[in-house]
Amino acid sequence: MGRFWSLLFLLVPVLGVAVFVFAVVPGGVFDNHWLPEDISQHGKVIDDLFMFILYLTGVIFIVTGALMFWFCWKYDAEKNPEPVKFTHGSHTLEIVWSILPAAILLFIAIFQMDAWAENKMVYPIKDGKKKPPLALVTGRQFEWRIQYAGPDETIGTEDDLHVVNDLHVPVNDEVVLRVQSQDVLHSFFLPNVRIKHDLVPGMQQHVWFQTKKTGLYDIVCAELCGWGHYKMRGRLIVESEEDFEAWYANAVQEQTRTSHNVESDN
Amino acid sequence: MNTSSAVSQGHGHGDGMTVSHFISTYVFSKDHKMIGLQFLFTTLLWFIVGGLLALGIRWQLAYPWSDMPIIGGRLFSAEGGQISPEFYTTLFTMHATVMIFFVIIPILAGAFGNYLIPLMIGADDMAFPTLNMLSYWFMWPAFICIGISFLTPPYGAGGGWTSYPPLSAVRAAAPGSQMAQTWWLMGVTLVGISSMMGSVNYMTTIIQMRAPGLSMFRLPLTIWSMFITAVLQAFALPVLTAGGVMQILDRMLGTGFFVPEGLIVNNADMITGGGQPLLWQHLFWFYSHPAVYIMILPAMGMVSDILSCFARKPIFGYKPMVYSISGIAGLGFIVWGHHMFVSGMNPMLGMTFMVSTMMIALPSAVKVFNWLGTIWGGKIEFTTPMLFSLSFVSMFVIGGLSGIFMAATPVDIFIHDTYYIVAHFHYVLFCGTAMAVMGAIYFWFPKMFGRAMNETAGKWHFFLTFLFMNGTFYLMHILGAVGFPRRLADPYHYETFKHLLPMNRFITWCAIGMVVSQIIFAVNFFYSIFKGQKVGRNPWRCNSIEWFCPSPPVGHGNFDAQPIVYRGPYEYGSPEVDTDHYPQTQPPPDGVKSSEEVH
Repeated sequence: MGRFWSLLFLLVPVLGVAVFVFAVVPGGVFDNHWLPEDISQHGKVIDDLFMFILYLTGVIFIVTGALMFWFCWKYDAEKNPEPVKFTHGSHTLEIVWSILPAAILLFIAIFQMDAWAENKMVYPIKDGKKKPPLALVTGRQFEWRIQYAGPDETIGTEDDLHVVNDLHVPVNDEVVLRVQSQDVLHSFFLPNVRIKHDLVPGMQQHVWFQTKKTGLYDIVCAELCGWGHYKMRGRLIVESEEDFEAWYANAVQEQTRTSHNVESDN
Repeated sequence: MNTSSAVSQGHGHGDGMTVSHFISTYVFSKDHKMIGLQFLFTTLLWFIVGGLLALGIRWQLAYPWSDMPIIGGRLFSAEGGQISPEFYTTLFTMHATVMIFFVIIPILAGAFGNYLIPLMIGADDMAFPTLNMLSYWFMWPAFICIGISFLTPPYGAGGGWTSYPPLSAVRAAAPGSQMAQTWWLMGVTLVGISSMMGSVNYMTTIIQMRAPGLSMFRLPLTIWSMFITAVLQAFALPVLTAGGVMQILDRMLGTGFFVPEGLIVNNADMITGGGQPLLWQHLFWFYSHPAVYIMILPAMGMVSDILSCFARKPIFGYKPMVYSISGIAGLGFIVWGHHMFVSGMNPMLGMTFMVSTMMIALPSAVKVFNWLGTIWGGKIEFTTPMLFSLSFVSMFVIGGLSGIFMAATPVDIFIHDTYYIVAHFHYVLFCGTAMAVMGAIYFWFPKMFGRAMNETAGKWHFFLTFLFMNGTFYLMHILGAVGFPRRLADPYHYETFKHLLPMNRFITWCAIGMVVSQIIFAVNFFYSIFKGQKVGRNPWRCNSIEWFCPSPPVGHGNFDAQPIVYRGPYEYGSPEVDTDHYPQTQPPPDGVKSSEEVH
């Protein structure tokens, strides 16, 4: 039976690698079962880092899995005539397999620091000043309230443009968003932009990104926010500069018209 | 050794079955073995509950909003047999709570810690038998609290097992944040108190009550890991207890430790405020990250012992193993922030936690290499406990490596709170710890009941569990790579995740297969208690001290002769003796001093 069990353990690296290969390679049974389309400028760094760690851990996974199989196969008590190697360990080996992984892990740690800083620490600068947010995104059970500055170009005043769940952004432009929550924790997750940031009530935070492709994408809430968490879905609408301006002008006009109607009704 | 002899009166088996005798032997017993078995049986019962809750989650993810077969009509008559979205939140909350607080932690520390520590160090009981009994009976108020939580609409707490405020602290925030949440918090806090009592006992017992000759560096790794686990519990748990009490106060008295100003929840202004939701996350993870190691270290220890025994070869690198357990425990206290990379915590701090998190992978890697070194050059006997232990190593490699993805902060931005993390911790906790626990049950069952479990059934149980659990959890890595978020009742209305339904169906059927395979185990377990093959003291030809006493150990006091220890527990295949094992308690042949001097 030792042979059978060794082969069962061999299945782990064989099938384990196969599943990932099927997922990474386009087409086939697992088509589209991999990192979703990346439409951001910074996303490539994250995806490359993901793949780098995947290859690195993949090698360790295959080597340990193969050793496990080989030892089970070779040292099966039923088949192995040799006496047990009576040893309590090896000082040299311990040092080698401590220092080697330590170096690799430290390398990964330092290697990724820039990408992290770019994403979360280096606030975009425009004309020597902090770039003002394009919009204020407020998470609320269970919707995204989005607020653009009105004609006075300041967010938080009466003429603000209010939109629910649809976030329009211009393509190829560095977008800064101010994010906050009105009630409980939410997480602002743009899978295609490789952005995720928790919205914490009581805290004013900023996220920034730059897109490179127009289209319609999902905004996902990624932090449990109550019974309707699953349906807190928004849409990210990436448009050309002109389309964005046109939409904005139109939406402001529409909002002014309807609010005047409301006032005159009173 | 003599501290506990005073309490052993009235525990012998000869003095007639009166009611009070029954109660003192089987209910309010102070005998560590009985307490260990009480923990074992209770946690295995909760294991069933937790598994069924998981099937509820899987059903919804495979067949969203469709009638649940058989039980749906009874459970959710108002929804026409469907799982409601609020009940879905309680399903995953209670699944995690039950599995972590009522199964994994108490089965490792409570069941195996209690049963094995005195036996493996050659003591007749724990240092504080009454405290030991209390640590079990403090679980019952916790069970009752969680039970009430289950009976309070919407039938369980719904804030996730992490119970993040304000969702959990503000009653208006969710249906599951009503009284169910308060009962949940009290239950979890009580479990913590029970564990603290246990940990004080374990530390004292291991330091004070070792048999003559049993130095710290002659302890089996099981005991080392239990010792370090007890230290972790003693230092980390008070923080969770404090946090739990603070959240209860927030809910009951409106203290606002975790609730900021200016909240508008369900269109109602919250009057209280002045708190910080992130404070809870820090307090919670300051305990719950070390708790991750509380949930894996004892498993690692037991696996080390089982691997060495069935490879018939000394453990490879005993001292490096001890140092890496200690290293994991030490580093384990300074990595909690990696749960909060995208939480809004200072990103600079995130970088610090990233480095410490990367470094904690090192001792885990050292342990894996040493396990491989242990089976290298041995004479491997593929018994059921050995198969489970080998699979622990194989699966722990997957769980350990996937952790590196999450530790890399930029990657974590994408995979945080997706199925990637779900895959990761199930590989560590289920495919790792639960497999080790299964192996340990098969391994120490003969000592507990004097009878062995059936090997053929055991191997079938292993084979099916191994296949189905990989079918269940491995593909979750792929789901995570697509960004599939956890805790969503219906992720398929997002364009990005629509096409993942077939894969989820496959996972669900594997999960059902996995649960069904456990029936083999349950039948084998109960059958073998009464009808299993009788065994002697040392059926596995193992070295450590617990095999020196009768199976099951005699009454209250364990040993029929005082164990005296001559060597470490891993002298398999020693050239000093003709047998392939060399028990710790066996005096050396004339002319040979001690095996310690040989290596």
